Amino acid sequence: MKEFDPVIVAFCCHYCAYTAADMAGTMRLSYPPNVKIIKVPCSGKVGAIHIMRALEKGADGVIVAGCLEGDCHFKDGNVKAAKRVTHVKAMLDEVGIGPDRVEMVMLSAGMGERFARIAGEFTDKIRNLGPNPVKETLAGQARAAVAS
Amino acid sequence: MKTESKLEKVLTSGNLAVTSECGPPRGAVPEKVKEKAELLRGVVDGINVTDNQTAVVRMSSLAACILIAQMGLDPILQMVTRDRNRLAMQSDILGAYAHGINTMLCLSGDHPQFGDHPTAANVYDMDSIQLIQTVRTMRDDGKFQGGDDILNPPKMFIGAAANPFADPFELRVPRLAKKVKAGVDFIQTQCIYNLDKFEKWMEGVRDRGLHEQVYILAGITPMKSAGMAKYMKNRVPGMDVPDDVVKRMAGVPKEKQAEEGIKIAVEDMQRLKEVEGVSGFHIMAIEWEQKVPEIVEKAGLLPRPEV
Amino acid sequence: MITAERKPLEEILAYIEPYDRIILVGCNECVTVCAAGGRKEVALLSSALQMARMKEGRTLDLIEMTLERQCDPEYVEELVTSIDRADAVLSMACGCGVQEVAKRFRETPVFPAVNTKFMGASERQGVWAERCQGCGDCLLGLTGGICPIARCSKRLLNGPCGGSTNGKCEISPDVDCAWQLIWDRLKALGLESRYEDITPPKDWRTSRDGGPRRIIREDLAS
Repeated sequence: MKEFDPVIVAFCCHYCAYTAADMAGTMRLSYPPNVKIIKVPCSGKVGAIHIMRALEKGADGVIVAGCLEGDCHFKDGNVKAAKRVTHVKAMLDEVGIGPDRVEMVMLSAGMGERFARIAGEFTDKIRNLGPNPVKETLAGQARAAVAS
Repeated sequence: MKTESKLEKVLTSGNLAVTSECGPPRGAVPEKVKEKAELLRGVVDGINVTDNQTAVVRMSSLAACILIAQMGLDPILQMVTRDRNRLAMQSDILGAYAHGINTMLCLSGDHPQFGDHPTAANVYDMDSIQLIQTVRTMRDDGKFQGGDDILNPPKMFIGAAANPFADPFELRVPRLAKKVKAGVDFIQTQCIYNLDKFEKWMEGVRDRGLHEQVYILAGITPMKSAGMAKYMKNRVPGMDVPDDVVKRMAGVPKEKQAEEGIKIAVEDMQRLKEVEGVSGFHIMAIEWEQKVPEIVEKAGLLPRPEV
Repeated sequence: MITAERKPLEEILAYIEPYDRIILVGCNECVTVCAAGGRKEVALLSSALQMARMKEGRTLDLIEMTLERQCDPEYVEELVTSIDRADAVLSMACGCGVQEVAKRFRETPVFPAVNTKFMGASERQGVWAERCQGCGDCLLGLTGGICPIARCSKRLLNGPCGGSTNGKCEISPDVDCAWQLIWDRLKALGLESRYEDITPPKDWRTSRDGGPRRIIREDLAS
């Protein structure tokens, strides 16, 4: 059987995490290609629904990456994002998916190395957790759609 | 005299009154009630019977009062407004009086959250002041709260509680004044450990002449141990236990602490006897009723006056 | 506003267990303001229910809608065009909304997705607290603008009781003693003397105790 290749969605703040990811690239640091980056103007722009929908549509894990505490360009968007992530974790626990598929991380624009490390570690963690349990039903739906 | 109450007779005769209390059992065990009450025979002028105290279900105060009345003793019916509406309370008052119970205490009661049925509905159709007013109207006007006439109105000697140690302190005298205005005859206070603060409250009471309109019985609870002192200090809402009392209890060896607790109670009573406006004592020896005779005797309040 | 809180997912899932086609309907009024059942919460709950179902290998045909108000029949009517596509309705409105939907669609089961809590105000972002019990005979004019029925744990009309400590209620240090608040406000207004007026036993007929209540405005009623 093919090794499970998780899909990770990373919502990255334009001012820090996104730049850090960019820097990781320029520094030629490798991090897993599993991590799909979505640039957002601020981690505070990421709503609970964005995280939920990502998982509902088949992502195996979601990272919300914002600036270091106190460094948010919009005062405290990152702190708000962190609270939302906690809220979503609780909700996912209720759903039965567990809280561990979502994480909030904070880093600065210069932390290319840290970004690569986080991406690697989180991918490993999700790989260990296995595929998002909703995926099988999604795949079934897709097969049914093709068959009809 | 407004009533046949023994407590009223003792108080109007100018003697210091003594009351104590008896918590009914958590079961249909009349022997327990009688046993506790018997300990108080000849020692007190009235026996408070608590009404689901701390919101824990016990035998009803009314039923236990009847048992005590049948022993030829003088029960004081405690009634909290937490559990029953005005219909139920008034009918119980009629029932109590029909059984010869002529003294009662009107309370709001502890919140159900503290008890064994935290999921219970919290009635509070009336508060303690409104209950005082209701019982007074029943007695003096012969009317129910709803306005109808009562056949043979119950003549209750009406008591209430006062906690001089609760907040805001500045409201504690006005609140007593409100109870007096509602028609209360006697007051039993929260247990007193902070005598300075109590005396300050009494000063306020005297300034308004309230001590001439209501009999005030000072609340006394002997400490069984240093642990109890600490618990009362830290855990019981509206309780004021000064540090030096806790220290004094903790300062004696464990096996001597009960004795020390009684000593403190008696010393406090001696001091409180001298406070103008204190008309007697209400001794709440929680699950320690057997010590009441000793305390009353040591305080020089025996024998009880024949009235 | 009327405040509410989402029910545990487990309870909601149990309600809709037999059904595969659901209309999940929010309300744009109070429950939107208290973040319990507005458009956003509808989307979140929809996603959560969908995932919970998919995890079990089933899917849910979910229609998300948020009405202007669920407590007015005019707005509930908007569900008419979708109701045939659903086996059940899950409402995120307060109990009033749920009942209006149930009344309109007699043959479709309607389930509540929130617990209606109380009439309250926003204390700060994300915190709501009880302010009114709708007793039907407002006495705020006598109590310095602070309601003892809604805010005293024993709804004492002549408080405070002996459990008031440092401005807090005996039931919890997180609950303000309403009578401390009333007293402080009466003082600020110079109305201390009012404290000693005895409030007589309340006529609870105007409250729930008088039976279900209704208001009829003759000039408006049709």
